[in-house]
Amino acid sequence: MSETLLSPESLEELPEAVRSADRVRPRGGGTKPALSSCADGASTLEMGGLNGVVEYDPGEYTFTALAGTTLREVEELLAGNGQHLPFDPPLASDGATLGGTTAAGLSGPGRQRFGGLRDFLIGVRFVDGDGRLIRGGGKVVKNAAGFDFPKLLVGSLGELGVLAELTFKVFPRRGITRSVIAEVGDLGTGLDVVASIASSSLEPLSLELVPPGRVEVRVRGSESALDARLAGVRQRLGVESETIDDDHRFWSDVRDFRWCPDDCALVKVPTSHGMIVELEARMAAADPPRRYGVGGSVAWIGWARPLADLEEILGALRAPALLLRAPPEIVPSDLATPLLAYPGNGFLDRVRGVLDAPGRFRRREGGA
Amino acid sequence: MISGLLHDLSRFFPSSRLLTGQAQLAPYESDALTAFRARPRAVVLAEGADDVVETVRACYRHTVPFVVRGSGTSLSGGSLPIEDGVVIAVNRLDRILKVDPCERIAVVEPGVVNLRVSEAAAPHGLHYSPDPSSQSICTIGGNVAFNSGGAHCLKYGMTANHVLAMRVVLADGEIVEVGQPGVESVGPDLAGFFVGSEGLFGVALEITLRLLPRPAMYRTVLAAYDSLQKAGEAVSSVVASGLLPGAMEIMDRLAIEAAEAAVGAGYPRDAGAVLIVELEGPVEEVEAEDVELMRVIAESGAYEVRVAGDDAERLRIWKGRKSAFSAVGRLSPDFIVQDGVVPRGRLGEALAEIGRLAEQHGLRVANVFHAGDGNLHPLILYDGRRSGELERAEELAGEILRLCVGLGGSITGEHGVGMEKIAYMTDMFTEVEIETMRRVRRAFDPCELSNRGKMLPGAEPPALRFSGLHPLERDGKISRE
Repeated sequence: MSETLLSPESLEELPEAVRSADRVRPRGGGTKPALSSCADGASTLEMGGLNGVVEYDPGEYTFTALAGTTLREVEELLAGNGQHLPFDPPLASDGATLGGTTAAGLSGPGRQRFGGLRDFLIGVRFVDGDGRLIRGGGKVVKNAAGFDFPKLLVGSLGELGVLAELTFKVFPRRGITRSVIAEVGDLGTGLDVVASIASSSLEPLSLELVPPGRVEVRVRGSESALDARLAGVRQRLGVESETIDDDHRFWSDVRDFRWCPDDCALVKVPTSHGMIVELEARMAAADPPRRYGVGGSVAWIGWARPLADLEEILGALRAPALLLRAPPEIVPSDLATPLLAYPGNGFLDRVRGVLDAPGRFRRREGGA
Repeated sequence: MISGLLHDLSRFFPSSRLLTGQAQLAPYESDALTAFRARPRAVVLAEGADDVVETVRACYRHTVPFVVRGSGTSLSGGSLPIEDGVVIAVNRLDRILKVDPCERIAVVEPGVVNLRVSEAAAPHGLHYSPDPSSQSICTIGGNVAFNSGGAHCLKYGMTANHVLAMRVVLADGEIVEVGQPGVESVGPDLAGFFVGSEGLFGVALEITLRLLPRPAMYRTVLAAYDSLQKAGEAVSSVVASGLLPGAMEIMDRLAIEAAEAAVGAGYPRDAGAVLIVELEGPVEEVEAEDVELMRVIAESGAYEVRVAGDDAERLRIWKGRKSAFSAVGRLSPDFIVQDGVVPRGRLGEALAEIGRLAEQHGLRVANVFHAGDGNLHPLILYDGRRSGELERAEELAGEILRLCVGLGGSITGEHGVGMEKIAYMTDMFTEVEIETMRRVRRAFDPCELSNRGKMLPGAEPPALRFSGLHPLERDGKISRE
């Protein structure tokens, strides 16, 4: 299928590019192809031309950048000033952009400590289905004026508007990190240990479970305090543990899904501890590569069987999920949306009716 | 319209819960923005979600506007009734339906008082983070509608950051679920979008809140300075040091005087300003950070530094801060609280300009503010009995808001736009943006019944300058004493 490519080079050109096609789909770094795929005939809106940090004053803990700016560029700039994006966005090393990360609503393992992307996006400019450039939120860390469009666009998959410019809150990155890993036993024990650490005042940076019972904990803080805090973590693990002093590589591999083979679909499923127990039971036969992040609040699954099998499990558990990427052979060619088992929502339909009346962002001809 | 509605409502509610008598309605005429009053035609005392849904649907059928009210603590007139409309009082929807320590969430009804959530979570070592000064009386429903803040927002965010999911009755009566019950979700963040919509979409009936572990330790430091400027510079030094305190608050001389007179918190009375900085976290971490903090404070020119030695001393320091608004009532018969935000680096500039504007208008302004996030709370003192003073106070308030926008900030950090700041929305947003918000609102509420007259300026062109009578006042829709 021949693909139409729109490549706006500036904020000013973006509205016109959106208006120039019946249906458009933004693409940033292309690291989440299930979101940016135009197999349904939509025109690709290449966002790479809209890149660059527009404003950054370290003393304000905020920066503003165009949507096509790569995470890598932002992280390097922030690191030079001792700051970072506390939600620890994935796929930076593969070229992911601020816009794509926001539209996908993705946060990494480090979001355990201070919150996810939704907690750090404070302002947006976006283009709606009529090609209007609209601003929501602002450039200060605290703001209650007007409807919260920044939050609405987190996870909106390019279906409510094209992100043009984003303003984030950032934090100082203080102290050093160290990690502790232990096999604590079966799934039940693993979940109990995770819950106990998550509810404690130990304030882990990351807290993950690789089923059935491997618990991985990362702590950041002042060097003089770290040993005492890790002792608290080990006490809750209750078994012998391994300590990783230089843990940067370990966590970047986790964050960037290096554990997920290329022949697997990569799926995100928000979870509760109760749901994890059921999910584990239903996935036992397939035994896919997987891990549970953020204290058991999210599952990342590498699925190699037909996607429909996973959709059936998710449907039975009423567990909405997001497909990030997949090899073509396991995905039905007419897959309508990367959202799996996502229930219809009257609230969303109404918002969509306003922000995309012409249907420019819909996923297929004639479809919703 | 209204008579048909009252007839319908009287079939659902006994007269003890459907108030229509003049004396019964009087307590509902105003909220914490006391200068404004409007008399509703009826008040429904809802006891359950069904009562709210029935009333909303009846209002929609009869095209009668309504306002939902919790404790009526809005400082922006957010719960000010609509003249001859209906008030739905939700204070009796005050059940905490679930506290789940494993998932670290609570599910509550909208009438639950903010502080009660933390009390219910405390046995599990958890708490609910947003802490508006009115937290011992304000309700979660109101917090949701106005995206309330508090002193700990820099680190942990506002109400929107702590609401995960809601069951909502939209203004036209449809019941929908927004959000997902954990901290991670997929699809657009609909719950986040609903929070702060000021009641313009509908009414939250059930709210799922994120709970956080209670920090193992707090270290609260009070530093006194001979000038406001030095206190402001100290905040910049703390930020530059890489520390991330849970709270950084500043009070100026007038605010200190008021707080001392009201609650005797023990602040140094001769100070030009006091800075409160609070570290929180694991014991060893707080102790390590404290060394750094004390070094920064020592270099910042503070002439007196106090460290809370125990919980009682910490609470006493906070009592002075949290009582500041009401305490100012001792200094002046009337006052206006403003809520503008400026970039932190321009705090000094903003405060100096506020001082100059106050002098120019011949009024006193007490400053209490969340310095960590640039959220100012200038308290403009006036005497409403003196001819022209209220008008001067409002003019000053307006100039302060425009100053904040001009410096790259916002007209409201945490109190919301309500009816009070409606005329300033056009200073922050373009016509296209306001029109887009209005179209979104109408998708839920085609007749603009739910909290009509709040946040979004009317179809008529808003006044470019806000002075003298409020537009609704001019139209005889509201009045004040």
